[in-house]
Amino acid sequence: MEKILLKNIDKPEAYKLENYVANGGYKSIRKALEMEPDHIIQMVKDSNLRGRGGAGFPAGLKWSFIPKDPTLQKYLCCNADEGEPGTFKDRAIMDKDPHLLLEGMMITCYAIGASIGYVYIRGEFEYGASMLEAAIDEAYEKGFLGKDIFGSDFSLDLYVHRGAGAYICGEETALLESLEGGRGQPRKKPPFPALAGLYAKPTVINNVETLGCIPAILEKGPEWFKAIGPEKSPGTRICGVSGHVKKPGLYELPMGVPLRELIFDHCGGMRGNKPLKAVIPGGVSAPMLVEADIDTPMDFDSMAAKGTMLGSSAVIVMEEGTCMVKVAYITSRFFSHESCGKCTPCREGTSWQTRVLHRIEHGEGRPGDVELLESLCENIFGRTFCPLGDGAVMALRGALKHFKEEFVYHIQHKKCMVDS
Amino acid sequence: MLTEKTLEKIKQIQKNYHSKKSAVMGALMAVQRDSGNNLTREDMDAVAKILDVNPVEIHAVAGFYTMYNWKKPVGRHHIQVCWNLSCSLLGAEHLISHMEKTLGITLGETTPDSMFTLTTAECLGSCGTAPMMQIGDDYYEDLTVEKVDKILADLRARS
Ligand SMILES: Cc1cc2nc3c(=O)[nH]c(=O)nc-3n(C[C@H](O)[C@H](O)[C@H](O)COP(=O)(O)O)c2cc1C
Ligand code: SF4
Ligand code: FES
Repeated sequence: MEKILLKNIDKPEAYKLENYVANGGYKSIRKALEMEPDHIIQMVKDSNLRGRGGAGFPAGLKWSFIPKDPTLQKYLCCNADEGEPGTFKDRAIMDKDPHLLLEGMMITCYAIGASIGYVYIRGEFEYGASMLEAAIDEAYEKGFLGKDIFGSDFSLDLYVHRGAGAYICGEETALLESLEGGRGQPRKKPPFPALAGLYAKPTVINNVETLGCIPAILEKGPEWFKAIGPEKSPGTRICGVSGHVKKPGLYELPMGVPLRELIFDHCGGMRGNKPLKAVIPGGVSAPMLVEADIDTPMDFDSMAAKGTMLGSSAVIVMEEGTCMVKVAYITSRFFSHESCGKCTPCREGTSWQTRVLHRIEHGEGRPGDVELLESLCENIFGRTFCPLGDGAVMALRGALKHFKEEFVYHIQHKKCMVDS
Repeated sequence: MLTEKTLEKIKQIQKNYHSKKSAVMGALMAVQRDSGNNLTREDMDAVAKILDVNPVEIHAVAGFYTMYNWKKPVGRHHIQVCWNLSCSLLGAEHLISHMEKTLGITLGETTPDSMFTLTTAECLGSCGTAPMMQIGDDYYEDLTVEKVDKILADLRARS
């Protein structure tokens, strides 16, 4: 299969501009600059490209919401916050092939009429941030960025903005708050960022992997892209597999490959050949699936039909013997740690949930704790200001749905069911 | 006191934005890096002055993000062990208790010689090479107890 996103990453010194060009890079931006911006937006719409950051929103449609008024300053923000536990795909692009992202951003900026773009990268990725900055410097030297790029009359500046440790800044409006120099707390929507985003100006926010698809769509056309995987959820996807498999890592595959094929063919199956107990298909916010579900294709709609999410396609595989109370506790601890504190159901609810899970896990569970957890879920879900709170609930509900008896056992016997 | 180097760095960062306030995060990090990875109240106030932002807002930003070290000073090598799911599935807990033992400190503490601070971190985006930890800017992946011992010994020898 032809790779779109990881095609260069194993090549020597792929991060250098000259090598990116030698591998066929920076052709699509030249082509784009000869086209009408609206035509590019139409191409991306026709390609059915959906956002890779988690929600799967159609990229071309999002771009089309940007007002056409040429007097308005517009912005592109690349979401490189990569914080959803289990996810490590965007980092590979930024560390190893930063020019792919830059070219995707250049084309996108031209299409939406943005003269400034930011990469919002999580602060811990210092290596990736410095690779991006070096790539940006190289691009300026060559006239690929700055005034009248590639000899056109389009001017563009790109910058790297480092986060400083906060998962919530991956949420697009929190990201904007953070870029403006404040605490990264989500904003009320509407107004949507397409109308009032960064500095209240029209702004597109797209994930690294989404933007990485753009040069290939320009080069090979929307029909080509749409023909890869399911028509409504097309393209390739970087699946980041972690946990109890023989060969964890990144696998770029057509959308719609079943989980079973990913785990047993590409990743070599389960470590130690133990049976598979559960698998999280799209980062810890996505409810877990069990062995019986693993023929589900990895695309947005098939995963949604199974009651879970493709999300960031971070696949976390767990073998027989994994304690699900512990998994739920670790996940809940994460959400309560990352709750930004803006709304009560999430701030109070996730920490309460974590305290209850902590005591169950440590053999101090009380009768009624499972019911308490269920009612906490009830009181958080759908009542929070942003989807982080829902993520905490979905993760816990997934564990309770399939493994309630483990929670009950933990409470009754004050110890774990799996290692007894 | 901010050094010339830091002041210059802050000026550079300011050029990236139309708004002064957007430079707050980068400025705080520049200051922290120049002060042994710690952020003092005085330095925060100095940043507030340079950027013409209310000090209260600066403190709020420093308090919101986990990478600003102002609550408690960190040692020369800040070890952050990921204890999120993928790393836990492959033994993060065991690594943490091993390091607590070898360093003679518990989570959140710094060794008496100020050489090492040991804390946990939520997922650091390196789950395919779990378990992992970050020390300073560097990632250490596919860890085992033996690897950890060697990494700590090397850092000790280097300092
Ligand atoms: C709590 C939370 C965390 C998120 N984290 C990320 C992230 O780390 N990276 C990302 O690209 N999108 C993240 N998102 C999704 C963004 O809000 C946004 O939908 C996405 O960046 C849009 O880009 P896309 O359409 O290209 O996917 C997060 C959303 C929520 C609610
Ligand atoms: S749901 Fe949680 S993270 Fe989102 S706004 Fe409310 S407190 Fe903040
Ligand atoms: S879970 Fe440890 S790096 Fe992601």
